[in-house]
Amino acid sequence: MRVTLFIPCFIDSLYPKVAMSIVQIFERLGHEVDYPEGQTCCGQPPFNSGYWDEAREVAARQLEVFRDAEVVVSASGSCGAMFKKFYLELFHGHPQEAAAKALAAKTYEFSEFLVDKLGVRDVGARFDGKVTFHDGCHGLRELGTKEAPRELLRAVKGLELIEMGEAESCCGFGGMFAVKFPQISTAMAEVKCNSIIDTGVEYVVSNDSSCLMQIQGYLSRHSPRVVKSLHLAEVLAQQ
Amino acid sequence: MSDPISGDREAILGRIAEALREPAPKHHEAPDKPAPLGLTAPFREWLPPVGKTRKDQIALFAQQSEVLRTEFVECASVVGAAKQLTELAKKADWKTIALHAGELTDAVAAKLPETLATLRVDAGYDKEALEACDAGFTECEALIAQTGSVCVTALSSGGRALSVLPPHHVVIAQKGQLVPDLAAAYEILALKYAGHYPSFVSFITGPSRTGDIERILVLGAHGPKRLTVLLVP
Amino acid sequence: MINASEPQEQFQIDADRTTADEPRRAAVRQALGNYKTARSKTENAFASWPHARDAAATIKYEGINHLDRYLREFEEKFTARGGKVFWASSGAQAREYILRLARERAVKSIVKSKAMTSEEIHLNDALEKDGYHVIESDLGEFIQQLKHEPPYHFVFPCMHLKREEISALFERELGTAKTDSPEELTMIARRFLRRHYINADMGISGGNFIVAETGMISITENEGNARLATALPKIHVALVGIEKIIPRLADLALFLPMLATAGTGQQLTCYNSMYGGPRQPGEIDGPEEFHVVLLDNHRTRLLADAEQRDALHCIRCGACLNVCPIFKNIGGHAYGTTYQGPIGSVITPHFRGLQDWKHLSGASSLCGACTEACPVKIDIHHHLLQNRRNAVSEKKVWWERFIWFGFRELMKRPWAYQMAMRLAPVGQFFHPLVLGTALDPVNSWTKTRDFPAAAPQSFHDWWRDRKGVRK
Repeated sequence: MRVTLFIPCFIDSLYPKVAMSIVQIFERLGHEVDYPEGQTCCGQPPFNSGYWDEAREVAARQLEVFRDAEVVVSASGSCGAMFKKFYLELFHGHPQEAAAKALAAKTYEFSEFLVDKLGVRDVGARFDGKVTFHDGCHGLRELGTKEAPRELLRAVKGLELIEMGEAESCCGFGGMFAVKFPQISTAMAEVKCNSIIDTGVEYVVSNDSSCLMQIQGYLSRHSPRVVKSLHLAEVLAQQ
Repeated sequence: MSDPISGDREAILGRIAEALREPAPKHHEAPDKPAPLGLTAPFREWLPPVGKTRKDQIALFAQQSEVLRTEFVECASVVGAAKQLTELAKKADWKTIALHAGELTDAVAAKLPETLATLRVDAGYDKEALEACDAGFTECEALIAQTGSVCVTALSSGGRALSVLPPHHVVIAQKGQLVPDLAAAYEILALKYAGHYPSFVSFITGPSRTGDIERILVLGAHGPKRLTVLLVP
Repeated sequence: MINASEPQEQFQIDADRTTADEPRRAAVRQALGNYKTARSKTENAFASWPHARDAAATIKYEGINHLDRYLREFEEKFTARGGKVFWASSGAQAREYILRLARERAVKSIVKSKAMTSEEIHLNDALEKDGYHVIESDLGEFIQQLKHEPPYHFVFPCMHLKREEISALFERELGTAKTDSPEELTMIARRFLRRHYINADMGISGGNFIVAETGMISITENEGNARLATALPKIHVALVGIEKIIPRLADLALFLPMLATAGTGQQLTCYNSMYGGPRQPGEIDGPEEFHVVLLDNHRTRLLADAEQRDALHCIRCGACLNVCPIFKNIGGHAYGTTYQGPIGSVITPHFRGLQDWKHLSGASSLCGACTEACPVKIDIHHHLLQNRRNAVSEKKVWWERFIWFGFRELMKRPWAYQMAMRLAPVGQFFHPLVLGTALDPVNSWTKTRDFPAAAPQSFHDWWRDRKGVRK
């Protein structure tokens, strides 16, 4: 299968290893990976701020870029949700509505793609460590991603998966929310990180790097012991 | 035009009609999926299941009562019920009980010790006197198995205050009054009252309670602290 | 803050204070922890909670989208039994009606059961100014009244208080002895309020449902105070929002359990009572008069917004508050308005002005827990997004406009985007656009969190290197 990757802007610049891991995993599984270089941003930042006209123009570009893709796999739950759910709202009543529907139909979040589309749970990974999984809200509630990442993690040799108390609680990132309401965002990070620390794990894993940025940002500043954050793909790429 | 009696009736209805000219999207339905069926009363497919037989339902009522801290007692007869209440009166040191006229309430009251004073509410009552009673005895419209509830109305249960003002509410009900669920209770009320409902209908589910202080359960907030349901044949 | 209006500034100030109040946050977390467990258990007992939600949503859709028809039906049935209906366009009108009624009937003392509509229209203040003695009978409301504070949560009015605080309050205001027992505190309130039920001339309640078919007002409670407030006084006034409509009596067989499950995790609350008129001939007791005040107060404005009309399906269960991480961390008072939490953030702009109250829709990470928890499937978090869009359509904020213009221009040009990725770390790239403003992301972020360093090579460039292509 030709898998076309959608790599969000902040992964591109801040966490490229996540995207590299995804490439490695798909190639290991024998698929051809494509990365249209014209992609930039899904448009979520202006969209969430209410600037839908600006968001639409940015999004329209992505409709073009991914038009010929067979399947599109997103490295992030929140950007995947833009393609899969919010583009339908954004382009409702606009000439690109059909293109938005087409893109939504062929977009998958990374873990859902592996488990539900490819039927793969064991990617042959090895990772020694105690891990807890944080459910990114967009993936969880907009895309229904819950079991797939856990199934993938359970198949990793040497990995011990421990559930935290507040697995489904929002980390507090929320895009611009994190800087517009930093006191609330930080309070939410505190609750999340205390829950992580309470599990005794060494690693917190998520399928959304924006969540990991928030969580790691808080942990690095406030955690009494070292807890590292990793994207699901980074764990699965280890052998 | 605003009216002192009815207010802005026409203006409000006008605004509503105007607003409703644009249809609302059905956010609650999944796009491209047909609307699910069975979405009207009695909703039995979706609510918690009740037992199939009367025996199951009585057992369910008993189970719910335990969770709710309702004192549920199955009595072999009205005499048995009266005996239970006499014991209760002694233990709780009741001085006065209030009740309304009814086949079951009268039958039970007749068997209570004469030292126990009674206040009958049927011809009206003094609020202070009712407030000073130790218990209020009533009949009911129905018992609901699914939720362990008692359905009372202004007509079946001595008015509105009798079942809520005294600190202990005692219900005397017959086995035949047990219905499976709320929907069944509404069906019975509809049949019995044929549109002329009593002005007050209530489902009582356990003794009065509150969780307002630190979410800790306390019984007897304002309504009765104790609820006793006696089931006679 | 640039372009801030008063409620928005106040909100930031209050949120600063309440998010720093660790003991208060812990108390709220503890109070809501039990809710989660109880609700899970009760919900799982349903044969199908998802289908129950579908049914509830469908019935509310039917009711709200034929609101005029059902309100007319309610009025017809209710007035046939001797009830009086007053249609109030505004809070002022509602207050005036109730004040006039109290005056004309020589009312002296009023007992109230919980009615968020009365908070909404500041009824207590108006009554007290006119010289009436008004007492709240719901324990949580009673406590908040003694404290001279509004309710913290519209179902659990004093959930933020510890028992020591309540004891101190009672000691001060009622002259009672110190106690650390919730039971004893409740009994103090019980004993104190008894006189008031008996002596009150008027009982004012809210209403959870307006039943069109049978002309009834349904009230859901646990304490029994609403029953007492509507049984003993000679006048009963129910102040109910027009959106509380339910088509048929039998629909309550679904709504009563769902309200209880979502609201408190109970299968049913202790008392669910339906009031279909004043005392009828042949009845032993009950009020001589029963007035229902139907309150519009901008609900028709929300009704006219077809996209967000389902916000009127709300049954005020409070579930969205209970699961909202924003609510849990800032608390109910920080919202600064009657209806808190996610649903409050959706409807307040419609009730009180979009530009003044849009910040509540912005103060959300859009996690969607509210929508998931809602028993009637209101699309809550998407409505927050729509409020943001509507606020911008109405009036753009100049510096935001500038940022998103720049963002758009950059993101439409892959070569520019890639250059930006390559030239500077993302943080430094955003910085010039917002330098000096309160939106400076590095500052707001790095005050409490570490910011990641940009990677030496972007993914874009790694990919190109792999292909042996380099511009």
